[in-house]
Amino acid sequence: MSDTLISVSHLTHEFAARRTMFGAPQATIRAVNDVSFDIARGETLALVGESGCGKTTTGRAILRLIEPTSGHVTFDGIDVLTLQREPLRRLRRRMQVVFQDPHTSLDPRMRVGRTVREGIEAHELAEGAEADARVARTLEEVGLRASDAAKLPHEFSGGQRQRIAIARALAVEPEFVVLDEAVSALDVTVQAQVLALLMQLQRDRGLTYLFIAHNLAVVERIATRVAVMYRGRIVEIAAAAALYSSPQHGYTKALLSAVPVPDPRVKKKRIVWDGN
Amino acid sequence: MKFAAAVLVLFVVVAVAAPAIAPHDPRATPQSETQKNLPPSGAHPFGTDQYSRDVLSRVIYGARVSLGVAVVAVMLALTLGAAIGAVAGYAGGWTDIICMRVVDAMLSVPRVLLLLVLVASTGPLTVGGIIVLLGCTGWPGTSRLVRGEVRLLKERDYVLASRATGTPEWRVFVLHVLPGLVPQLLVTGTLALATVIPLEAGLSFLGLGVQPPTASWGNIISDAAGRPGDTWWVVLFPGLAIVCTVLAVNTIGERLRERIDPRGRSRT
Repeated sequence: MSDTLISVSHLTHEFAARRTMFGAPQATIRAVNDVSFDIARGETLALVGESGCGKTTTGRAILRLIEPTSGHVTFDGIDVLTLQREPLRRLRRRMQVVFQDPHTSLDPRMRVGRTVREGIEAHELAEGAEADARVARTLEEVGLRASDAAKLPHEFSGGQRQRIAIARALAVEPEFVVLDEAVSALDVTVQAQVLALLMQLQRDRGLTYLFIAHNLAVVERIATRVAVMYRGRIVEIAAAAALYSSPQHGYTKALLSAVPVPDPRVKKKRIVWDGN
Repeated sequence: MKFAAAVLVLFVVVAVAAPAIAPHDPRATPQSETQKNLPPSGAHPFGTDQYSRDVLSRVIYGARVSLGVAVVAVMLALTLGAAIGAVAGYAGGWTDIICMRVVDAMLSVPRVLLLLVLVASTGPLTVGGIIVLLGCTGWPGTSRLVRGEVRLLKERDYVLASRATGTPEWRVFVLHVLPGLVPQLLVTGTLALATVIPLEAGLSFLGLGVQPPTASWGNIISDAAGRPGDTWWVVLFPGLAIVCTVLAVNTIGERLRERIDPRGRSRT
């Protein structure tokens, strides 16, 4: 592999399932269990698994939107998990995120332009008219109009909202973006359009993606490599082509067999994974 | 809603324009014995009290004091409650635990009792003192509501997204959490007004609130001579003023609450 941008090693995150009256954890659930992987600059690593397997938690821990229990994350040689508040805040210009549901990820009271501009202001990348121009340019880059900046999120469709969320992430010119089920909430046709946009942006800007999804079919076009996660652990990680043609782990085979084939004449054998 | 708003506006106008409307000086005590305890008449529509003062003028000036005290006390309570609730909800951890145990402790003592004990220990208070006292005993409920709301809001994806963008934490709070609290505070504040008005009236009636000769709706009632039935007008008119404002404020508060929270889900 060429030069590594992100390196995750032995990442573990435990949630408190129950707490004492003083807030100390009494029982814990290990949502992410000893997860390790590298992502090379410019590639897309897909992190795939069923709901609740810990993939979203992994993504959030890498960005330190939650504090993982243990493990290491390095971004371009920087130890992310030990950073103090201000250096972490500044690092966030370089690593961004797009969430699953564009109906909850945009502040309903804030105009689109302000939302996209927030990061530009936070990192003092531009001011005044220059910032406006940058907002307009970013909106156009994701397929919206510059005039959309004056609107509120509820005036847009789901796909358009997701484009706004992408614009917010891109406005600060990051190198790495966590796409946390970024197309899962969208209609199939819109999904394809947004995927195409993400791939276009990756080519134009040389972005590195961690693409989190629950469906192997969605990931097939965009992924360089695929990591399959099950119950907090990565059970298989391989180059996309290899994983799709010859899956090694039983759970991967079960996931692949769950991908619907749009041809009624094809009868597939559905593999059900029993946990071993 | 419209009727309630009209009633409230009427009282506010009366309070603001008191010097222009009141037919007599609310503190003037004519020496003449013949002016005492007069029933309502053309010269004194609400009658006079045992010190020969015009009850109508006292009710009009009382609106100023009673509404003014209530509004400022509620604003103080809201500010304290919002600040403490927001800090507890946003910070979480030990800060949250300590704040909420203090709230529990304060809520476990009836507010009236707390006020009586405090006034008894400080002695007669100025109007400013009463405002501070009512404000400082009114925040726990608000702080608990605000804490709950903040805990919901701070888990919203758009708050997380703002933080992920690299917006400084205080700005995340000001831009995305605080504006979400406004509707809740508006409702809580309105409903709090409906509890503070009778509280102040009660304290003043007992002689522990606004001190005579300054008129407040509560202490006008205590100026009735003998049994309340003897000079019913001294009791009835300020009493009606209290009941009408509280009903109006409550109706408005309930309507506002329905508007921001149509399904009536609980928020504690």
